[in-house]
Amino acid sequence: MSGETTPSQTVGPYFSIGLGWLNRCDLARGASGGERVTIRGRILDGEGQPVPDACLEIWQADAHGKYAQPENSQEKSPAQGFFGFGRMPTNDRGEFSFTTIKPGSVPGPDDRPQAPHLEISVFMRGLLRRLVTRLYFPNDPANPADHVLNLVPVGRRATLIARPLAEDPHILEWDIRLQGEHETVFFEC
Amino acid sequence: MLRYRRPAPGTQPELLHPPYVSSIKRAPTQPLIQLPHTLSETTGPSFSKEVVPPKGFDLTRQHKGEPLGERIVVSGRLVDEDGRPVAHSLVEIWQANAAGRYLHKVDQHDAPLDPNFTGMGQTLTDEEGRYRFVTIRPGAYPWRNHYNAWRPRHIHFSVFGPAFATRLVTQMYFPGDPLLEFDPIYNSVPVESARKRLISIFDWATTTPEIALGFRFDIVLRGRNATPMER
Repeated sequence: MSGETTPSQTVGPYFSIGLGWLNRCDLARGASGGERVTIRGRILDGEGQPVPDACLEIWQADAHGKYAQPENSQEKSPAQGFFGFGRMPTNDRGEFSFTTIKPGSVPGPDDRPQAPHLEISVFMRGLLRRLVTRLYFPNDPANPADHVLNLVPVGRRATLIARPLAEDPHILEWDIRLQGEHETVFFEC
Repeated sequence: MLRYRRPAPGTQPELLHPPYVSSIKRAPTQPLIQLPHTLSETTGPSFSKEVVPPKGFDLTRQHKGEPLGERIVVSGRLVDEDGRPVAHSLVEIWQANAAGRYLHKVDQHDAPLDPNFTGMGQTLTDEEGRYRFVTIRPGAYPWRNHYNAWRPRHIHFSVFGPAFATRLVTQMYFPGDPLLEFDPIYNSVPVESARKRLISIFDWATTTPEIALGFRFDIVLRGRNATPMER
């Protein structure tokens, strides 16, 4: 059997029935070492209204830049206890929050290193396909040369970079804006 | 530099599909930026047997009694576009009960909840990419998208496949459902032949005498490019 990829459909309003059993908001649990960060923010629709029925999924490398997957050809071995997958719903105020370890650099095109980043899928009622975006870390020296960031128009890059809280640099804020002046950059994956 | 082929034009829904009213304020308005496939997109989470509840495949045995409704077996294969089985991949499903009601605080449809039915299931595909669920046929239910709007009977499916790039959430429909013609979510897929692949097939082979009707729903994930790092 072969054929074309099955079409995507929306998760609808009731996805928590089927997806909630695998919620993971603490990706750092069980990991030893690495820089712990908490990332929090809101998802806002085209009218600036918070989206209370969205779900985020995270996929990321460990602190050494290694993905926890058997097919990963990198010669590094993954950090003990770090899986790199997260899933979290937004709450009634459209807010999400998760804690993780800042990933290391992973190879990109031409084996040039990529700046540390998280891969993010966004699901919600109203989205017929998932949205794909990336979250980058503030003031990382690798950001200016990152291949993917450089594909993004200069004026929109800031939507992909989290902002540290002045009182605690290990708490980062990052909002997802679906539309409007500061619409988040989304990718065709 | 794409490890996974992009879907053919018209075989996936557009993000903005005005007949589906919720898409209007939620679909991005800026063009999507083409993401190269790096290790970040070609790897993805794989879930072990320990994570998945052993009886997650049987939605009729999660409570003391049996749920009301028509018992069905839903099974199929998870393959890629080249027909290669996608083995050991997590499949999650969720659905309404036989009366068309979800066990969810937001669902206010005036239809009864079933104390013996939660409507969630999960399993891993086997070596050949096969999966199998036992459940009940979900009911149709009204929604507020437009006047007299009813969703056709459907089961939500979530699959991962081998990579971040292959992640897919979809819905399975039932053959002969008269509501499909009027459903903006089903009809958001432009090409008819692609849309029809969301409809399961009644299947004698998995229909179990005296027990349950069988429906087959094969799920196809993106195929790999011939050259792993093609330019």
